Amino acid sequence: MNDISIGEAVTETEAERALEADCDCKDGMFPQGRIGTSSRRAFLRGSGLLTAAAAIVPVAAFAADEGEAPWSVPGRIAKSDYGTRAGFEKVARLASFGGTSSLTPLQASTGIITPSGLHFERHHNGVPNIDPAQHRLIIHGMVDKPMKYSVEDLKRFPSTSRILFVECSGNSNAASRSASQKTAQEAHGLTSTSEWTGVKLSTLLAQVGIKDGAAWVLAEGSDGAMLSRSVPIDKMLDDAMVAYAQNGEAIRPENGYPMRLILPGWEGNINVKWLRRLKIGDKPFMTREETSKYTDLITLTGKARQFSWVMEAKSLITFPSGDMRLPGKGFYEITGLAWSGRAPIERVEVTTDGGKTWHLASLQEPVLPKAHVRFRFPWHWDGTESIIESRATDQTGYTQPTKAFLTATEGVGPTYHYNGIQSWKVAADGSVSNVLQA
Amino acid sequence: MSSRLKFAILGAAVLSVLPLTVWAQQTGYPGGSEYPFGTPASKADIDAWDKDVRPDGMGLPAGKGSYKEGAQIYGEQCASCHGAKLEGVRDQNLPQGGGPALIGGRGTLNTTHFKQSVESYWPYASTLFDYITRAMPYTAPGSLTPDEVYALTEFILAEGNIVPKSAVMDAKSLAKVQMPNKDGFYPDNRPYPVKRYD
Repeated sequence: MNDISIGEAVTETEAERALEADCDCKDGMFPQGRIGTSSRRAFLRGSGLLTAAAAIVPVAAFAADEGEAPWSVPGRIAKSDYGTRAGFEKVARLASFGGTSSLTPLQASTGIITPSGLHFERHHNGVPNIDPAQHRLIIHGMVDKPMKYSVEDLKRFPSTSRILFVECSGNSNAASRSASQKTAQEAHGLTSTSEWTGVKLSTLLAQVGIKDGAAWVLAEGSDGAMLSRSVPIDKMLDDAMVAYAQNGEAIRPENGYPMRLILPGWEGNINVKWLRRLKIGDKPFMTREETSKYTDLITLTGKARQFSWVMEAKSLITFPSGDMRLPGKGFYEITGLAWSGRAPIERVEVTTDGGKTWHLASLQEPVLPKAHVRFRFPWHWDGTESIIESRATDQTGYTQPTKAFLTATEGVGPTYHYNGIQSWKVAADGSVSNVLQA
Repeated sequence: MSSRLKFAILGAAVLSVLPLTVWAQQTGYPGGSEYPFGTPASKADIDAWDKDVRPDGMGLPAGKGSYKEGAQIYGEQCASCHGAKLEGVRDQNLPQGGGPALIGGRGTLNTTHFKQSVESYWPYASTLFDYITRAMPYTAPGSLTPDEVYALTEFILAEGNIVPKSAVMDAKSLAKVQMPNKDGFYPDNRPYPVKRYD
């Protein structure tokens, strides 16, 4: 392990530095978006944009042995407006065909919180522009007292906060069929974790009074699709909340501003955004999103699983991951995310030899139920081709299955709820690509 | 001190703390179980939004529509995204990249080339009425009258050979429609018994 090196040796010569400046890894291990390391460089060179790209950064070339950095001068003073990230940071969401969703750049994630501006989006008729002063939530149906609440009304109730993942049940759909998605973002980017703050549904339902026989609640959004889903009243009374805040501020428009339903551990679609109505009834309402969509057709039988709300245990390695390039052999910290909608994550195992041997990864505290969990595994890459994978087990004893298991159980089946193990191949040249599990 | 006396003192000490503990755990409004926030929802408030329809027909409005009326509305309001023959359209220039096929695909659900349409997959006709009423057409959701939605429902179901083209669709007839895949669903049976590796 002597050749593990981190950072830059201070004795490095000019010649060595020049060599490194010209190496293939100059753009680093993390290409931006769809543009791979080599293609990006070729693109920049070919179109003569290298100078233009450099111009974004208004700092002269500088090396550590040249004295004080050019930025070690008086900086900008405090501003009272809404802060923005450093101009050097370009990590971004990626919109899908048709613009109905955008994907979280998981490959660039650290820790467990997804910045609100990078939380994935999924909507069925665009993002509505809702005036919070005019928005109302109506609770009616099988209740003693139908009520109407403004955002300000909701904020006066006792509040609760939880750090929770929200995952679209269609996440990883393409990964169930092929390895055509290059990056962790493209293959699995429909999952994110935020701190949500709002009012427990149990508090609100106690206000309106539930009548005997009530069993289901229709939740309806006020977007153009007026998206609606039926939720069992037991879940509503257990841990559901109407959230108005995300990561310490108002929920972002694309995530449900000014209020949304949060059902911990359940598929994203049923966490109805832009919530305007809760109707209590005695039967499921059988809306489009719980019959024709978000049901899991098992092609082996031709029958479909319905009301499959829970997101099962899942994990993936976010570094190294698809479309990256490791600059050479040596030490790398393999890291990724694991989560389960059913129970807290018990353990995550990592393999670097395509599943022949598995090793326990360390879990970053706090390991929160129904939230992304960050795992880490120290790895010395010897420079040979390696298949790296992770698999999560939750406290029910359920272990994330292989693709082969899911195919045998469900056929080419469900567009939803795919949670098979993700394989990344690290080639001898350091390039990382998405491959189907052997 | 006898052990009985010790017990009594301990008991009294516990009792003296208990009321405080109970009080601290109360989460309700100090004036009672209700919080005086929000306003009662009026019938007009509720009626304006309460348009959902259930499979048993609950929520279906008055009105009716025919195949002929439905065909005309479909051509004007739906065909650009769902195709002249209800076959679906995929086009980046359309909202959502185009609309899905509404008919076809019967007998494909247990194959690798399965096709999920209203005809082959949807278990309830009420869902079609409910969805069109609230979410369609995509560019002007909620703009269709109950008569127009009944007509469109009749047209789409007739094109899918589920009801005759001569039928008149209304609250009574719609609640009686039997969809081909009505028995194609079962409640969630997960988690699968996935093998443990330890």
